[in-house]
Amino acid sequence: MEDEQSFSDICGGRLALQRRCYSPSCLEFCLSCPRITLRSLTAVTCTVWLAAYGLFTLCENSMILSAAIFITLLGLLGYLHFVKIDHETLLIIDSLGIQMTSSYASGKESTTFIEMGEVKDVVINEAIYMQKVIYYLCILLKDPVEPHGISQVVPLFQGGRRQDHLCIQQKVSLGDGGILASSGRQK
Amino acid sequence: MVLKAFFPTCCASADSGLLVGRWVPEQSSAVVLAVVHFPFIPIQVKELLAQVQQASQVGVTVLGTWCHRRQEPEESLGHFLEGLGAIFSHKPWFQLCRERGSKSWSCKATHWQGPTSHAASGEDQVMLIFYDQRKVLLSQLHPPAVLPDRQAGDTTASAGGLAAVFDTVARSEALFQSDRFDEGPVRLSHWQSEGVEASILVELAKWAAGPVCLLLACLLSLVSAASACRVFKLWPLSFIWSKLSTCEQLRHRLEQLTLIFSTRKAKNPAQLMRKDLIGQLADALIPVADHVAEELQHLLQWLMGAPAGLKMNRALDQVLGRFFLYHIHLWISYIHLMSPFIERILWHVGLSACLGLTVALSILSDIIALLTFHIYCFYVYGARLYCLKIHGLSSLWRLFRGKKWNVLRQRVDSCSYDLDQLFIGTLLFTILVFLLPTTALYYLVFTLLRLLVVTVQGLIHLLVDLINSLPLYSLGLRLCRPYRLAAGVKFRVLEHETGRPLRLLMQINPLPYSRVVHTYRLPTCGCHPKHSWGSLCRKLFFGELIYPWRQRGDKQD
Repeated sequence: MEDEQSFSDICGGRLALQRRCYSPSCLEFCLSCPRITLRSLTAVTCTVWLAAYGLFTLCENSMILSAAIFITLLGLLGYLHFVKIDHETLLIIDSLGIQMTSSYASGKESTTFIEMGEVKDVVINEAIYMQKVIYYLCILLKDPVEPHGISQVVPLFQGGRRQDHLCIQQKVSLGDGGILASSGRQK
Repeated sequence: MVLKAFFPTCCASADSGLLVGRWVPEQSSAVVLAVVHFPFIPIQVKELLAQVQQASQVGVTVLGTWCHRRQEPEESLGHFLEGLGAIFSHKPWFQLCRERGSKSWSCKATHWQGPTSHAASGEDQVMLIFYDQRKVLLSQLHPPAVLPDRQAGDTTASAGGLAAVFDTVARSEALFQSDRFDEGPVRLSHWQSEGVEASILVELAKWAAGPVCLLLACLLSLVSAASACRVFKLWPLSFIWSKLSTCEQLRHRLEQLTLIFSTRKAKNPAQLMRKDLIGQLADALIPVADHVAEELQHLLQWLMGAPAGLKMNRALDQVLGRFFLYHIHLWISYIHLMSPFIERILWHVGLSACLGLTVALSILSDIIALLTFHIYCFYVYGARLYCLKIHGLSSLWRLFRGKKWNVLRQRVDSCSYDLDQLFIGTLLFTILVFLLPTTALYYLVFTLLRLLVVTVQGLIHLLVDLINSLPLYSLGLRLCRPYRLAAGVKFRVLEHETGRPLRLLMQINPLPYSRVVHTYRLPTCGCHPKHSWGSLCRKLFFGELIYPWRQRGDKQD
């Protein structure tokens, strides 16, 4: 069964959270980040080309213009492939683990899988960003040496930075609380 | 906990039979390794499993039954399969079933209490996870960065769920040796069932490659030695060789073959071997050396005048300046004497560049060192003079204050000097102090030049180190066979129908390139400078000679 809700992040971009339940032991949350707008793309391209044209009038070297075109193209490709995240998926499988997938705008997908035996807890952390306090979800991993210690804190849904997870935490924590509780973990 | 069954994708199309594998109770997961087909004799199956268990130390048992209904559902088969649960007792007993050619699977796991109390047997929810057996067999799991205080033994003891799966498949080689096409008593289906013939060919080719390569490398070295012999350079023959394009092409091919069959690591050879490039390099070297010498002469003329507005001591200035100018004159004459032979020397030296780019870079570094040899000499002269001056000054300064350095006790002691000793000491001290700016300026200029040359050489050494320590094989493996180096796994949920078990596909997540380079870095020769910045400054101030980039095991000068 599917469930979709839309929120907005700190900067006003539109986020959508989709929840799918494959079976009582498998849940998937999909958070899609705001898309790249034509306005920002045009603004960046115009800035770069105006700067290149200014340099060209100074130096009278036409290589600058070709270089500006190359820089714009390569920069856009690099941005789409390495920086811009289209949507992020969190797949929770009972007694197996938690999988986080980030899909970039160029189609690249990068996946991390954390086994359930390493997960200590799922918590909400506070962070101070500029003048605000924002909340984000993260997973605490167990420390193999010390039974009560924490070895690593893994934040979730990092693709669009400046997201405030407080408004979506209720949905996610209700969902995975059930699975984690049934695996014998405490919230 | 939900029960998990890891099922190999190669067995999804196999005929009905028994499931054979390992049960991991801590993770409640069953790793299916192979399917045993009908007909079989249970005693022989148990014997085979005992053999495999002994050979591989993996607890391989019969886990359940597999039913692939190709034709109309057969009731008798169903009852027969249930009866097998009594022969091979295992808790829990898995019953996997697949409808004819469709994607609907069903899976039951029952806990047998006994043949009479069927009512008490419980059924658990099962999750099916498909995995590619060949890839998991060949893959090596790289756990995330291990904590520094963790012992190596801990990793095997507390192996996570997935590491246990990988471990089980990797160690069960003994089970995969016999196949359903073999004549043995038991017919198994596993990853070898697809394409056994190809893997035999690959194995044969691998074994044969070693000696064949060695033989061909010897033959090729003989041929190239014969062709480089002096006889072929005599006039009629060399004219013929240059006119025939076949010989050019043969030479080109010989170079390529030597590269392919060589047993040495190759980087980027054969580009420096083009004749015109060597000639251009040789032609460029002489004017560069001349240019450097000319610039040095200008610099010395500047120092002998009034450099930066400072007033030098005229006599000392002239002496030092003329001394260094004479050296430059000698050096230029030497270079001009050597110029006809430079090209040939470079060509012979460049032959060794076919051993790789690193050799070529090292040769370049050595050429730079030879070309700037005069700068090194000037630095040594200037440093020694300055060092002597500083030592003299410090000793006479102690005399000025009425103290002396006690060599026996390694400390400064007071001393009563005679009047004439004091007089001469003070005179010498004054002379040295007033000559200090001139010497210091020469020392400063030549030290800066020397540091510049050392920096350039150091950068070349760093590049050579980087190339040497680059793990090309691991990078190639990551590019061509990414499943061999695994950072972890990723799961994909397959088509799901309500009422059927959840099906997942487990794929291997390859290691990112940065971690490949970091994990498999080759050991470098480790020529790091031995001084810290503080000791370097101290040495510069006192005029002691600096020797950077010493290899380990070199004796100190």
